[in-house]
Amino acid sequence: MSNDSHHEENFIQKYIFSVDHKIIGLQYGITSLIFLFFGFTLMMIMRWQLAYPETVIPFVGHLFGESGILMPEQYNMLGAMHGTIMIFLGVVPLAVGAFGNYIVPLQIGAVDMAFPKLNAASYWSYFVGGVVMLSSFFLPEGAARAGWTSYPPLSIFEAGQTMWLIGMIFLITSSLLGSMNIIVTIVQLRAPGLSWGRLPFFVWAQFVTSFLLVLAFPPLEAAAVLQLMDRVASTSFFLPSGLVYSGATVDVYGSGSPLLWQHLFWFLAHPEVYVLILPAMGIVGEVIANNTRKPLWGYKSLVYATVFLGFMSFIVWAHHMFLTGMGQAMSAFFQTTTMIISIPSVVILTAFFISLWGASIRFTTPMLFALAFLPMFGIGGLTGLPLGVGASDIHLHDTYYVIGHFHYVVAPGTIFALFAGIYYWFPKITGRKMSESLGKLHFWPSLIFMNGIFMPMFIQGLAGVSRRLYDGGQLYAHAQDVLQWNEFMSISAFCLAAAQIPFFINFFLSIFNGEKVDRNPWQATTIEWSAPSPPVPHANFESELEVHRGPYEYSVPGADKDFSPQTEK
Amino acid sequence: MSEHDNGHWEEHVKVYLTVFGALAVLTVLTVAASYLNVSETEAIFLALAIATIKASLVAGYFMHLITEKQTIVWILALTFVFFLVCMFIPIITEMDHAKLA
Amino acid sequence: MQIPYTIEERPDTGLNNSKLGVWIFLASEIMLFGGLFSAYVFLRMAAPEGDFGYWGSKLNIPLATVNTMVLISSSVTVIMSWVSLKLKDFEKYKMYMGLTLLCALIFLVIKYFEYTGKFHHGIYPSSSTFMGIYFTLTGLHGIHIIGGMIVMAYFWLPAGNKMWHSNPEQFTNRIEVAGLYWHFVDLVWIFLFPVLYLL
Repeated sequence: MSNDSHHEENFIQKYIFSVDHKIIGLQYGITSLIFLFFGFTLMMIMRWQLAYPETVIPFVGHLFGESGILMPEQYNMLGAMHGTIMIFLGVVPLAVGAFGNYIVPLQIGAVDMAFPKLNAASYWSYFVGGVVMLSSFFLPEGAARAGWTSYPPLSIFEAGQTMWLIGMIFLITSSLLGSMNIIVTIVQLRAPGLSWGRLPFFVWAQFVTSFLLVLAFPPLEAAAVLQLMDRVASTSFFLPSGLVYSGATVDVYGSGSPLLWQHLFWFLAHPEVYVLILPAMGIVGEVIANNTRKPLWGYKSLVYATVFLGFMSFIVWAHHMFLTGMGQAMSAFFQTTTMIISIPSVVILTAFFISLWGASIRFTTPMLFALAFLPMFGIGGLTGLPLGVGASDIHLHDTYYVIGHFHYVVAPGTIFALFAGIYYWFPKITGRKMSESLGKLHFWPSLIFMNGIFMPMFIQGLAGVSRRLYDGGQLYAHAQDVLQWNEFMSISAFCLAAAQIPFFINFFLSIFNGEKVDRNPWQATTIEWSAPSPPVPHANFESELEVHRGPYEYSVPGADKDFSPQTEK
Repeated sequence: MSEHDNGHWEEHVKVYLTVFGALAVLTVLTVAASYLNVSETEAIFLALAIATIKASLVAGYFMHLITEKQTIVWILALTFVFFLVCMFIPIITEMDHAKLA
Repeated sequence: MQIPYTIEERPDTGLNNSKLGVWIFLASEIMLFGGLFSAYVFLRMAAPEGDFGYWGSKLNIPLATVNTMVLISSSVTVIMSWVSLKLKDFEKYKMYMGLTLLCALIFLVIKYFEYTGKFHHGIYPSSSTFMGIYFTLTGLHGIHIIGGMIVMAYFWLPAGNKMWHSNPEQFTNRIEVAGLYWHFVDLVWIFLFPVLYLL
């Protein structure tokens, strides 16, 4: 379909139902940031309850009932929705929907995504899914409360789950359409001269991520349909025979299997965690290359590692299920694949570390976040190893250790990388730079308090404190020695919230008052920096481009400046 | 595939009609095979084998995979690998288990 | 500015955008039905011995065999409709596309009778896990048939004439892509039929 940019667009066409990837990227970005902060708020309420059990919650206590105290099922609601919102409404839409949509076409020198209308449809499907998910809070049944993992039989009988399932169907559809679009765009719309070996690492990361989304999400969509039928059509796909609920035998055919749900769920949910990390690694790669003024070390190994990681991510999922009674052979299989999959992650991290060697490092705000990503992801990754080995996982499964592990990877991991991306590409999107001082004021406390929240979780987990406990472990003898960390972690969480204030102020002030900059304020080499800031609507670039070199030609001997842009003759 | 003369298309149409004939025969075979007195495993194998042949004919000739670019074929091969993983690994994992339900 | 390779093929990949796009979409559909087939295998093994055989015997094999032939025929007619466009014969295209839609309609009507027949005998998705997965698999397949029909009907009647005259190459490409989707729907049934009805 030709993109006719000659006619005048009205407000609705231009900003609401736009088919321009940049507007859609911004729509994804704003929506996902709102969801992220909402999900964060849910967590803060939970952390209040954990630190000060059964006390009135400040500011919002009245929303939870007359007493103002959080009830156990409300705690479960917040827990399930925090996970769901952060992953499916927050991080993935920001990393893939926002950054993927906005930056990928620019970095490959394209005028837009391959299918602009489909792109808009993907965003609106996400939006509807998000509304459906959030609306569940206001319905009589309330929101889902069987964990973001929605394990049956609990999820079949607990209230609020139906809306979760319907919301997921919209979100999955959005994801499938969006990732298909990204793949075709990268394959087909690369500018002349942009061979696969000259692609920025960010584009490779998005490419592999999109394959993960396209191939791993559908089984979950199938499973969601099955669970929906169990809830509304009295089928028993996931309900075993002879199940007794609330004292009565459940009146269904039975002969179903709760494990079937777990397999179909984790078949997606494991690749999903690589969807969470790969775009972040992509961003870190871009920011490191730019702020070290040297090419990324080991480009080929980065690419091969990413592709290998993507492939392996499909055959490790049952390491989330070691305690379901699987036999030794399959347990060994999954332990082996899980150990193997740690290798490409280490390759990528090592390549990034080596990239710093002998570099002229510019400690800009994006670089600070990118640098912090490295050890934070390192901790996250290392703490995953005892979880991937069956023997130690028996002790650590479903404890706070797991929560600490995955939050290290996603929170001071991915989210820091996403902040790096926002600070880095803000000038391209707005034509202005964000304030460096406010940026540092955002960065340092965030780094400290992230560790304050998540490091003690390993201590609690090793002591055996289970996750998803309303009272944070109060009733258990083995938890008594480590309970005092609850208050420490909660205060860190509230301080982390406060540390985001400079970011908000910076973000909004800079849109209007930020230092105006030219199109390439970071002296970067990749193609997006040769477009005006912001890029031309529906066309991005002012003229035809041709690519003459690789993505990270910094400090080329004999060149007149310390960077050689890809599109420069 | 844009510039072909009518003669070339006649060849294609012949192929499509032949495939149609084969599919019809194979459908009859599938139903007939289900009445054979074989073990469950053999019945499953037979039914899936015939279905795979039919599917390959549709994919290869109607969907032009036989002449399609490598990119597409590789994407499908990769998908097929993960399809097999999704189909069989869960059940193999649970077969060691005492009971499924 | 125009998005390149919407119709013409990109030299190094040899593909146009929609062809690559539809194949990737079909890859995701393979995984979608794969998830459900995986559920079928799992549930069959979880069920008591002979349970799936018992419930499966309640299905109508002759009707489903007819449906299989109907769908295979529609696959032939849809590809003939594309060949007609390649031969610049719009009238033949309309005939073949019409036949495809007719076959699709027949398929749905037979399915309707199958389903209502079951309900009439008090057999619902909740009646057993076999019936649950049967209705879900064929139901989802049916939704895909309806989706395909909507797209093909749109290209048959209102849009067909207009698009054929304004941009015949793009229209032909669209029919090829729609045909690929339709063949996939046929492909799924080729597996559904023996698995559900015969095994």
